[in-house]
Amino acid sequence: MLPELHSHPSGRLGRATLTVFAKELRDTLRDRRTLISTIVVPTLVMPLLMLIAGTVATKVVRRAQAEASPIAIVGGADSPSVMAELRADGRFQIVDTPNYREAIADKRLRAAVELPPGFEAALVRGEPATVTLYHYESELRSGMGVGALEEFFRKLRDRTVERRLAVQGLPMELVRPFAVRRENVAPPEKVGGNVVGGFIPYLIILLCFTGAMYPAMDLTAGEKERGTMETLLCSPVPRTAIVLGKFLTVLTASLASMLFSVLSMSASLVVGAHLLGGGAGALAGPGGSGSPAGVLFAVISPWGMAGVFALIVPVAVLFSALLLALSLLAKSMKEAQSYVSPLIVVIILPAMMGMLPGVELDAKLALVPILNLSLACKEMLSGVWHWPYLALIFGSTTLYAVAALAGAVALFRREAVLFRS
Amino acid sequence: MIEARQLTKVFRDRKRGEIRAVDALSLRCAPGHIYGLLGANGAGKTTALRLLATLLQPTSGSAEVGGYEVTAAPQRVREQVGFLAASTALYGRLTAREMILYFGRLHGLTEPELAARLQHLADELEMHEFLDRRCDRLSTGMKQKTSIARTLIHDPAVMIFDEPTLGLDVMAARAIVQFVRRCRNRGRTVIYSTHVMSEAEKLCDTVGIIHNGRLVAEGSLEELRARFGERDLEEVFVKAVGGEGERHAA
Repeated sequence: MLPELHSHPSGRLGRATLTVFAKELRDTLRDRRTLISTIVVPTLVMPLLMLIAGTVATKVVRRAQAEASPIAIVGGADSPSVMAELRADGRFQIVDTPNYREAIADKRLRAAVELPPGFEAALVRGEPATVTLYHYESELRSGMGVGALEEFFRKLRDRTVERRLAVQGLPMELVRPFAVRRENVAPPEKVGGNVVGGFIPYLIILLCFTGAMYPAMDLTAGEKERGTMETLLCSPVPRTAIVLGKFLTVLTASLASMLFSVLSMSASLVVGAHLLGGGAGALAGPGGSGSPAGVLFAVISPWGMAGVFALIVPVAVLFSALLLALSLLAKSMKEAQSYVSPLIVVIILPAMMGMLPGVELDAKLALVPILNLSLACKEMLSGVWHWPYLALIFGSTTLYAVAALAGAVALFRREAVLFRS
Repeated sequence: MIEARQLTKVFRDRKRGEIRAVDALSLRCAPGHIYGLLGANGAGKTTALRLLATLLQPTSGSAEVGGYEVTAAPQRVREQVGFLAASTALYGRLTAREMILYFGRLHGLTEPELAARLQHLADELEMHEFLDRRCDRLSTGMKQKTSIARTLIHDPAVMIFDEPTLGLDVMAARAIVQFVRRCRNRGRTVIYSTHVMSEAEKLCDTVGIIHNGRLVAEGSLEELRARFGERDLEEVFVKAVGGEGERHAA
């Protein structure tokens, strides 16, 4: 027989944990389903979908902008010069149709303009007149058409005013006694931070969770289902080492999944920005509001991004421990899925609340897990550092994470949980 | 050496209330002997062996396995034990080699020790051909050999087998029986549970018949045959179990 295998307990715990971790990592990397859910989908599929959606959206918008807007003119027989000007404007393609309302609703026309009888004569005489524009609210092309028409008539009005003042020998300042000017005092990253600051943490939180989900279930309920849990429990390693080894694997998957997808999404944003020029703002998601991707990158503070990653670590620990404990209770993958899936909603809600305008970080909210991260990220990305809050968030999340991990270890010592049948 | 003293395990179930899966079980098995635990499904064999392998904790009573108490030093006990059951599966995504080495490392073996043990086991069990194949692509016989190598990698003094032939074909089951016999011949303490009478007849030096968690009869095959006046072990078993039923009724 071999000599008895005695060594110091702490070194042994560490070594056993590493042995379990190394094996679980190798095992997990060979699992096609885990690879797909943790790496392939977030790295390739998501950015690809975003890129395709962005490209299509940008192309559609550009084509719509480039095309002349088909419009109808109602009346105007006694206003030949306005009619001629409209016909000469390249932005419009005049269509003759009596049923203009129907045509706009059917999207055959983008808009229509109704010139009142004697419009030009009224202008000359200085009498009031109203031009009516018809459009279809919230329809993109109709909006473009009516926008172009508005601009056309604003210019016409300005010219008319200018002419009348000149006739009277009066200066333009008479109708424009003072000017109003806006000036932005927010630093550029503050703008960028608010625009994407709500969206980035939301995405990162979700990716951290989904990245940990499958490995956590596979390494606990999956092992029970396949009968390898009992084999593992026969070994003389401390139960704590087994849990820690499994936990480290889930944590690695969670962080790797998040990191891969952030990198790949950044890359696809850059590629998208190059491919599409300035129109890639659509790719930045709901917060993008049309600003070009390159500008987004320029305005996000790199320190803010580093802060986001620093704060996400305890959250990833919390998710990993929570998912591990929860799926340990299940005796099959199917059962584990039914426990874990509802948790996604619990995670998404506070993450989304952080995106709402007006919800700002305070001492109470700093204690609410996930929401606190979401809010702090918004601040850090816009270059605002509330250190006491950040410490509170890091501290409280670490505390929750440690509690969840302790819970997982305690569960792993309960034979009723391990040998549920 | 295995020695169980009044070993008892009570499970609490919400629907069925208290279940005494193992009830005051006492048994003793010396090195170089095979103790056969014979019982029907649900008699308490698996729970008894899981208690000895320290996978479960006894509600009361105690047991000494390989020189250590199961309650006081479960890790030490596991260092001494090789546990093989129909329910102890292999990691499908690891190769046979990785599987065996993993358990060697969990047992704290050094890399040179591991290499030597693996070489020895692969020679003995004729495993070289499939050592680097993934476990989920192995035949039943190959899986069985890998499991055996997994239980033997740390050269345990005590072997615990829980219905190891369950679900195996004749040839694979025969190989297991031969292997168990080899363990005894090398001076290991072996405890073996089964509900297959022929296996018990072929293998066991001592047979304990377990029913409703209690040991209802124990002795060598000859002693049991003499006591119940039957040659056929199955008849012995039925009488032993039936006697317990009458005692319960009385």
